[in-house]
Amino acid sequence: MTDRVQSGTIVEVKYFKPVYLFLLFSMGLTGFGQMPIFKRYYIADIPGLGWLADYYATHYIHYLGAVVLFAFFVYAAGVYFGLIRRHFQLSTAAYIRIALLGVIALTGIFRVLKNLPEVVFSPLFTMVIDISHLGFMMLLMFFGIGFMIWKKPWLVKR
Amino acid sequence: MGINISRRSFLKGSLATACATCASQVPLPASAQSSTGEELATLIDIRRCVGCEACVEACRDANYEKHPAPERPFPKMYPNRVKVADWSDEEGREVRDRLTPYNWLTIQWATVDIDGEEVDLSFPRRCMHCQNPPCADLCPWGAARKLKNGITLIHPDICLGGRKCQVVCPWDIPQRQTGVGLYLDILPSLAGNGVMFKCDRCYNRIAEGEPPACIEACPEDVQIIGPRKEIVAEAHRLEKEEGVYIYGETENGGTNTLYVSPVPFETLNQAIDKGPGRPHFDKVEDQMAHADNLATAMAIAPFAGLAAAAARIYKAAKKSRGTTGDAS
Repeated sequence: MTDRVQSGTIVEVKYFKPVYLFLLFSMGLTGFGQMPIFKRYYIADIPGLGWLADYYATHYIHYLGAVVLFAFFVYAAGVYFGLIRRHFQLSTAAYIRIALLGVIALTGIFRVLKNLPEVVFSPLFTMVIDISHLGFMMLLMFFGIGFMIWKKPWLVKR
Repeated sequence: MGINISRRSFLKGSLATACATCASQVPLPASAQSSTGEELATLIDIRRCVGCEACVEACRDANYEKHPAPERPFPKMYPNRVKVADWSDEEGREVRDRLTPYNWLTIQWATVDIDGEEVDLSFPRRCMHCQNPPCADLCPWGAARKLKNGITLIHPDICLGGRKCQVVCPWDIPQRQTGVGLYLDILPSLAGNGVMFKCDRCYNRIAEGEPPACIEACPEDVQIIGPRKEIVAEAHRLEKEEGVYIYGETENGGTNTLYVSPVPFETLNQAIDKGPGRPHFDKVEDQMAHADNLATAMAIAPFAGLAAAAARIYKAAKKSRGTTGDAS
């Protein structure tokens, strides 16, 4: 999560960041793939990217990504509280990211529940979770790019 | 698009639909009541249909105010691979032999062999109103939605006409009309392309306790409507006592439109004109089954993460104790 972590004993700090970025990129890509844009704008015409125009494929990968992401979030939280917190604390930028990720995950959970055969939410609630899931993801991207440019790490030394 | 609803009133439209949803729970006549709040389903007995198209006309009349009234000229589309879908000229509006934004119910014909005799069968085709509809599950805006009474409908004030619902629908039911809807107020040249239209099983009539127009108008009582369990039971009774075949009970995980036919649906499927606006009678797997399975995995994933974290911390603690022990 940060290069400022000096200790080599907590190996997670080295691979958390690339795993997080890869998962977030995959979720963003397949999430945006839920909108009919990749075929319209020829992106799915690029060799190897045809699957981006297959809504069922992107939906499946998005769900699969959520499975991995949920496991990863809990693992990261556990390792933070169990190991990393002795040496480091979360930065303000980290709290903002976590809050946004939390809302995205929560709206995503409601969206998954809504897609179960026995569950019917009201149309208005469904629309709110649909649009807020997308909106908060865009906000996370906006903040993430900002934090990257201004080098705001997740962790700061205690 | 409804004449009384402004397409610019995004929020107003949403609230209207929310109200309609509540209203959809108003009791129906005894013939269509669900004492358990169960979804309503229809049963279409193909043997009874004479192809008179009374249902088609009734559907068109009852839903006339919901039909699109596009603004011209249509916005120039970018990139130019995006094609205009226009059924609004006189000729287009009159099309009845397929589904269009103005024709939500069509009659299909099939010539089949029954006991060595060539017989012409006809039957109404429209949205199947799936129990777990991919159009509503995968619509990115919540424009396509399923109501508690089993109806799936597309809200014309919210739909952007991206046609995703048609692509994911196993029967390609929703039909697009360019030049109407919310997309005109956002980025008309760059995103969206109108509104998707399909049968909403007369949700407004059902909300008022009336049956769908197609059922009411049918002189042969081809269709009946009622709680799904009762409809399925009736289909099974006909299967057992009269040897009919059933379609829709398990297709796409189960739909709220069941057909019974005197010939197998494979036979019927081979005998009908299929293509855009002309749905098939193929077997359809549950398109959302993958999502249901992964939802279970999603519920387990945090526990897996927790177990892995606990193991990692335990290992680190053990290693730390070992290091301390070695040092002492």
